[in-house]
This record gives sequence, C-alpha cells and structure tokens, in this order.
Amino acid sequence: MAMSSQPARLKTDTFVINLGPQHPSSHGVFRIRATFDGEIIVDVEPIFGYLHRGVEKLAEGRTYTQDISLTDRMDYTSAMTNNLAYVLAVEKLMGVSVPERAEYLRVILAELNRIVSHLMAVGFWLNDMGAGGFTPLMYCLREREKILDLFEMVSGQRLTVNYMRVGGLLRDVPDEFLPPLKRFVAEMPGFIDEYEQLLSENEILLARSKGVGILSAETAINGSVVGPMLRASGVNWDLRKADPYSIYDRFDFEIPVGTVGDNYDRYTVRIAEMRQSVRILEQAIAQLPTGAVRTKLPNILRPPVGEAYGHIEGPRGELGFYLVSDGSIAPYRFRVRAPTFINLTVLPDILIGWKIADAVVTFGSVDICMGEVDR
Amino acid sequence: MDWLYDLFPKIGDALSGWLAGFLPGWAVYLIMWLVGVVPILIFVLIMVMVVIMIERRGLATFQIRYGPNRAGPFGMLQPIADAIKVLTKEDIVPAQADRWLHWLAPVVTFGVTLLWFAVIPVGKDAILADLNIGILYVVAVASLGGMGVVMAGWACHNKYSLIGAMREISQMVSYEVPVVISILGVVMITGSLSMTQIVEAEGVPFILLQPLGFLIYFVAVLAQINRSPLDQVEAESELVSGFHTEYSGMKFALFYLGEYGNAFAASAIVTTLFLGGWKGPILPPYVWFVIKALIVMYVLVWFRATFPRVRIDQITGFAWKFLLPLALFNILITAIELAIWSEFPWWLLFVNIPVAGALIFLWSRLFTLQGGQRVEA
Repeated sequence: MAMSSQPARLKTDTFVINLGPQHPSSHGVFRIRATFDGEIIVDVEPIFGYLHRGVEKLAEGRTYTQDISLTDRMDYTSAMTNNLAYVLAVEKLMGVSVPERAEYLRVILAELNRIVSHLMAVGFWLNDMGAGGFTPLMYCLREREKILDLFEMVSGQRLTVNYMRVGGLLRDVPDEFLPPLKRFVAEMPGFIDEYEQLLSENEILLARSKGVGILSAETAINGSVVGPMLRASGVNWDLRKADPYSIYDRFDFEIPVGTVGDNYDRYTVRIAEMRQSVRILEQAIAQLPTGAVRTKLPNILRPPVGEAYGHIEGPRGELGFYLVSDGSIAPYRFRVRAPTFINLTVLPDILIGWKIADAVVTFGSVDICMGEVDR
Repeated sequence: MDWLYDLFPKIGDALSGWLAGFLPGWAVYLIMWLVGVVPILIFVLIMVMVVIMIERRGLATFQIRYGPNRAGPFGMLQPIADAIKVLTKEDIVPAQADRWLHWLAPVVTFGVTLLWFAVIPVGKDAILADLNIGILYVVAVASLGGMGVVMAGWACHNKYSLIGAMREISQMVSYEVPVVISILGVVMITGSLSMTQIVEAEGVPFILLQPLGFLIYFVAVLAQINRSPLDQVEAESELVSGFHTEYSGMKFALFYLGEYGNAFAASAIVTTLFLGGWKGPILPPYVWFVIKALIVMYVLVWFRATFPRVRIDQITGFAWKFLLPLALFNILITAIELAIWSEFPWWLLFVNIPVAGALIFLWSRLFTLQGGQRVEA
C-alpha cells in the first residue's frame, strides 16, 4: 500500500521479484525482473531468449519450401497466418500469381486462425485475472477445438499445419471440410455472445481492467506497436485495409477501434475482431470459387536475385517476412518482423506504476507468444 | 425412526450413563469431553472430503469438463487417493526457511480449522461445547486462521509467500469489522450469543429477516476464508499460490484440508446463523444441517467458477467503504424495528428485503470499485 501521503513514513526498501521464466502468468518463458515498492512496480526489465532456437539462421540453410514448416513453429497458436505471410513474401520475390480458389481458402484459413488466436488471448487474459479458475478459458478452448479439427481435416495437423505453399496451397480442401465450417460460422456469433454474457459487464472485470495499463496512441505509434494493441489505443491501422494483400479488398468488414487503450479496450477489440472475422468468413464461403489451388511451379524454387518484404495483419499485429535471395535454393537472409516482440517494447510504459495484480493482467493483454518473440 | 432424530445426544447419554456406573463424576466429565472430540474430527475429515469432491466436480461442471471420475464410483474415492499420494511425497523445506515456523504453520492452520467446529450445532444438543459466547468464539477463531498463513508466509523465505502473508494481514484486519457487525443484527434479535439459542430463536430463517446482514456476512466471510473472488492471498496467477508455494507433501495437504475445512465451517456458520441451522421437516436434524451447509458450499464453488479476482486495494476498500457502512445501517434498522416491535414479527421480512435492496442499490451509486490510479514513481 502506498503511504506517500503520510508525513512521517516508515523506512521501506524496494525489492526485486523475478516474474518468470517459470511463473503461471509468464505466457511461456518470458521473464520480467520487476522492482517493487510494496505492491507497486517501480521498474521492469524484460528478459527474453529462453526459447531462442535460431529460426532466422536455420531458415538460411533450408529450401524455400522447407522454411514454411519453420514458420509454423514461431507463433504456434497461429501457424496459418505465419505460413501466409511467408508465402506472400516468396511469391512477391518470384512474381508468382495464385489461383482464385487458393486465395479464398487462404483468407478462410487465416481468419479462422485469427479467431483461434483471439480466443486464446481472451481466455488466458481472463485466466490471468483469476476468472473462475479456468472457466472462460475452457469455454474459449471449446470453440478453438472445432477450428483445430478443421485444420486437421485440411492439413493433417492441428497446430503446425504447414499447409500453405508458394503459389497456392498444399492440396485442395476435402469435401467434408465445408459443412462443418459453415456450421461453425453460423454458430460462432452465439458463442461470442456467450463469452460476453459471462463476464464483459462484470463489475469486478470492469474494475480490474478499465483505466488500467493505459497505452496512449502516441506511445503506441512511437513504439511501433501493432495489431489489436495498437487499435485498442484508438489508431485505425489494419493492414487488411491499409495495404490490402491477398483478396481482402473484396470483403466488407470493419476495423474495431478502442478509445482509451486500457486493458478493457484491448479485450473488447479482440472480441469485436472475432465478430468481424466471422463476417469475412461468411462472405468468403459464399463467394468460394472452384478450380485449381496451386500454380504449377518447379519442385525446388530458385527465386531470382533480389529482395522482398511480405507482410500481413496477423492476429497479433503486422507479421512481416523480409527475404533476400541470391538466386540459390535457400534464402540468403530470412528476417522476421514479429509483432509480439515489438509490442513488448512498450512494456515499461504500461507496467510501471501499477500494482502486481494489474501488471499480470496488463501483461496478459499484450498477448505474446514466446515462440515468436524469441524465435 | 424416532431414534434417528437425536442420535448423537442419545449415544452421549448412554455412554456417560454407562461410565457413571463405575467412575467418579469428574472422570466421566473429562472422558466425555475427550470422546466428544473424536466425532468432531471424523465429521470434519469426512465433510472436507465431500466438500473437495463437490468443489472439483462442481467446478468441472461449470467448466464443461468431467472432473475426477476414475477412483471409485463417480470418482468419490479421489480424495482418499490424493491423501495417499500426498503422504508419500517428499517433504521439502527451503534452504533458508525458518524450520520451526515452517513446520508449525500448517499445524496451526489445520488446528484452527478444527476449533471452528467446536461450537457448530449439527443438531439439537449435538454440539461439542454450547458456549454462551458461541458466535463471539467463532469470530475470534476465524481471525486466528490468519496466524498460520502469516507464519507460513514469513517462514518460507520466499517473496511471493511474504506478499501473500502481508495481504492476508490487511485483509484480515479489514474484514473482521464487517463480519462482526453483520452478525450483530442476528444477535440483537435473539438476545443471545449461543449458537444453539440462535437456531432455536429462528422461527423464520434469519436470511429473510436479516437479508442485508446475510449478504454482508456472506461476502465478508469469503475474504476470511480466502475464497475466490477475494482470494488475493493465494492468487495463483500472480503470487504462484502465495503462502503455500514452498510447501509439499503432508504439510501442503494440511493447508489444503484447512482451506476446505474453513470453507465448510463458514458454510456451516452461514447455515446456523441465517438458514435455520438443523431445522427442517421429516429428515433428521443433522441431515438437514449438512444439506444446507453443502448448498451454501455449492454457492461458494459457483462464485469461484465465475468471478475474476478482486485486487487487494479494492478488497480492503470494499470492506471499509461498502460493507462497513451497510452493516452499520443494518444494525440501525434492526434496532429501530426492535424498539417498535420487541418480538420481531415474521412479517418484517416484507419490510427488510426491500430495504436491503434499496440500500445496496443506493450505496452502489456512491461507491464503485475503482480501476485505480497509476502511481508515479
């Protein structure tokens, strides 16, 4: 408790706590060396690298197609969007066009993956807040399972899907893919209502998240924060609208934007984005054409000498792959612009001055994935 | 089936009658006290197992999963399996821990839990010690529970545990006040502190006559027994379970037993004070008592499965700014009503329930949980 208003205060000392790397709320193996004055954080020092696997260097020793499986393992909760960003970069490098059906399926899978990622973000965030000892998380995971089943249907894998290919997709979706997808899209708005009904207007949740961990639009832009975190701060920036890739310009959807940039806005923006994703899914399923799903390309890709930057609006923000080709079968340089890594740079701005309990909740609302931060 | 109704008093009478045949009076008295402790221990341990099962299966139901269902029919033997497992686990004491305190803390916690049950009337005359200050004793023992937590937090030489212990102190100090004052309304109506007499005075369950007192006590007791949503002391997402982070094996099990024992004791006291205790038609009194207490327990599980955790400054603020004034209002209203109708007629429930609703509504306009301010370093 702060006792700053008392004239004769006890002599107190600050103390250091390692939040992580093994901590229930460290979302992987992230470590915050936090200095506390009582319950209040006065300094934070983020320490990462516990999950560093050298993905960028590994990728330089593999062929362009093999690298797709590496991208799966970066942000392991949204492998589809990672694949998409990478193949877009390679396609840009090679100047390859993609069949219409593949574009639509890519959008469908990417939006499904956005829902998966946001479900986990929202569920774990509420879990950090101690909501019902897993209850909201279990509800979120219930819908996540359905999407993972769909992923398994198309790719044979649930998490590391390795499904997108340069010039299209690995193979066409099976016939039994569309009926459950349509059913899911029809049911999902009801499920989102259910999550909201459980806690969105809850007094305790409002007290814990409204006005807590405020990230101003200015700080967010200066820190080049991206994704739902940036939009929660009131900045309308979404690459699907700002720089439409694939076929996103054909769909009608809105960009949910927050007002204050507090934890509650970050929560509501993610919930609203799920609703928009469902909208995109509905349109994409209705317009889904027939035809081939892959452009004919040689088995071993040799892009011309040059460089390309492919970026998408991933669930956690702008995910970019910067590739440099020297004409060989492997990229000369493979650079990842990981959204969560860059979102972490504003951590001191939103943590310092708040209490331990707030810090855990705020950190949860950043929604990091250590596989991507450390790579 | 009449013998079922006052089973425990009859067993006691028979035993003391048999002993009096060949022992002096003081020895019978002493032996009866010691014998009385054994059923309490057995009762507490069995009820804790039931409560743990209710908690785990209930929580699982809320969370669309199954919960323990392997050991025995419907998984009912799971607590026993857990107990065996926990007994065989290694007891780890941190290198720099205060060994004596580290050993003593779980013992104190569980011992205090048992103390609660000494004055809980399971049926008419089925009470170990019918103290004439019963409810005062409960209040005193409840605050003793904090001792074990603080000892554990201090002894472990772990910063998380220490923060948990500090939170426990502030929470204890804050919630002691609304707990006592919310009980006062009941005491004023019955004119007695004895638990048995309170139940006997309950023609109508006091939840109807004292709705405000019931709500305040129910919320405040959550903080006393560290139940969600007021479980900042052991907040696992922040403090990694707080004071019992460094405990393993049987010492941890004692904390666990103490925690659920406290939860059941609190449910039992809510039952006694506000839900009519052992009273009920047809079934034997102790069955009614257990049913009512377990229903209250299920509400606690329901709370835990729904609400997010409240922050520590919000918890203490809630006690002082919301619960305390309302508890004082409750006493005032009860006193006025007692002054007008000294008998406290049952139809006052038509007055008290709307008054309680109006007061809570009005006060919630004045006081809301605050998101908090950023403290500039």
